[in-house]
Amino acid sequence: MNNPTDGQPALEAVGLGRRYRGGWALRNCDFSLPAGRICGVVGPNGAGKSTLLALGARLLAPTEGELRVLGEAGNTPDLRRRVGFVAQDKPLYPRLTVAETLRLGRELNPDWDHRTAQRVLDQGQLDPKARIGSLSGGQRTRVALALALGKGPELLLLDEPMADLDPLARHQLMGILMAEAAERGTTIVLSSHILTELEGVIDHLLLVQSGRIRLAGDLEQILDAHRLLTGGDGSRLAPHTVVERRSTGRTTTALVRTDAPVDGSWESSRPTLEDLLLSYLRSPQTDTATDREAAA
Amino acid sequence: MIEYRIERRSGVSTYQQIVQQTKQALRLGQLQPGDKLPTAREVVELTAINPNTVLKAYRELEREGLVEPRPGLGTFVRRSLARPEAAADGPLRAGLVGWVDEARAAGLEREDIAALMASVLEQRFDTGVTPAGATNEDNGGTG
Repeated sequence: MNNPTDGQPALEAVGLGRRYRGGWALRNCDFSLPAGRICGVVGPNGAGKSTLLALGARLLAPTEGELRVLGEAGNTPDLRRRVGFVAQDKPLYPRLTVAETLRLGRELNPDWDHRTAQRVLDQGQLDPKARIGSLSGGQRTRVALALALGKGPELLLLDEPMADLDPLARHQLMGILMAEAAERGTTIVLSSHILTELEGVIDHLLLVQSGRIRLAGDLEQILDAHRLLTGGDGSRLAPHTVVERRSTGRTTTALVRTDAPVDGSWESSRPTLEDLLLSYLRSPQTDTATDREAAA
Repeated sequence: MIEYRIERRSGVSTYQQIVQQTKQALRLGQLQPGDKLPTAREVVELTAINPNTVLKAYRELEREGLVEPRPGLGTFVRRSLARPEAAADGPLRAGLVGWVDEARAAGLEREDIAALMASVLEQRFDTGVTPAGATNEDNGGTG
C-alpha cells in the first residue's frame, strides 16, 4: 500500500462554491483530503454531495473558489485518466452489450486492468451478451463500477454507489473496492446516506449540510473530539459546544464537541459513527459560526 | 488460515475485533508459530472493511511480539498463546466441564452461566485477589 501521507492531497477545496439557477448548491467549502484515504461524503438529500463529486470529476466547474484534484487545478486529459467517477444515475450506452461496454473501456484506457473489471462482472454472473438497456439497476451499477475500476484510477469518486444493490452485492463490491485500496492505495470518495454502509469502511469524513461542510477530517480524530453524555437535569453542559441535546423525563442525552474534561455527574462515552452523524443530521441549526462563538 | 468475522454493530472497533480474533486463534492453537496471516487485501476483500484497519491491527500484534512482517512475503506468527494447562484433554478443562454440567443440572441457562462466570472472573481478577501459591502470570508462560 502507498503511504497515505506522502505527496499532495487527493482533493483540496479552497472557498469552493457552485451556484445553479435556483441558488447556491455549495458555498464556502474548505477541506483537504489526503491521498490514500477512504472518505465518506455524508449528508441529507439535496445537501450538495452530488455537486461536490461532479466538481471533483470535472463535470461541473466551480462558480467561485477552486477544487484541486490530485494537485491539479484545471481539467486535463491526464487528470481524466487518473480519476474514476460513477455518477448516481450510472450513465452507460443502453444499446451496447456488457462485453461491448467493457471493450470500450479497454480501448479508451491505456492502463486498462481487464482482470479486475471482469471479476466485478463475473461475481454478479452478468451475461456478456446482455444489452445494458435490459439490465436491472443493480446490474448496471456493477457494469459502471467495473468500468471505473478497470481504469485503475488513483482517485475513485462514487456517488451513492450502493443504493440499488442487494446486501450480498453490496458486500462483494465494497470488498472489491477495499481490495483495490489495499493493493494500489487508491483514494476512494463515496457519498451515501446509508450510514451503516460506512461503518468500518471510511477513515475520513466530509459531512455536507445545506451546501456547507459541517465536519471534515480524520474520522478517529473527529470521534475523539466528541462525547456522548447522559445525565440528570442538574448537570452542566456549559463549557462544551453542544451539537444536540435531548431530554426524556429526567434524563438528558447530549452530543458535545469538547476538549475540556467532562463534569463527573455525566456518564460519558465516545460516540459511534452513527451516533455522531445522526446527532448532526438532526440538528442542522448548529453551524460552524455558533461553534466558534461557543469556543470564544 | 484464519478468517475474520467482523460484526459491525457490536460496539467493538473493527481493529479490536481483528486483534482479539487473532489472539483467540493463538490461544486455541488454531494459529501456530510460522503460520501466515492473510494479507490486508485478502481480509478486506472478504470482510469489506477499511484496509488501514487491518494494517493497524497487524502492527498492534507485532508490537506485542505475536507476529512479524517478512518483507515481500507477508505477516507470520512468531509466538503462540496456547497454554498447555488449558489444553482440550487437561484437568482444568475437565473440571470446568464438570462444573458447567452441575450448573445446568441446577437449572441455570446458558446466559445465567455466562453471567455468573463473568462476575466471578471480574471479582477474582479486578479486586487484586491472588490465588494461593500462584506465580506471576507473565513469568509462568515462558519460564
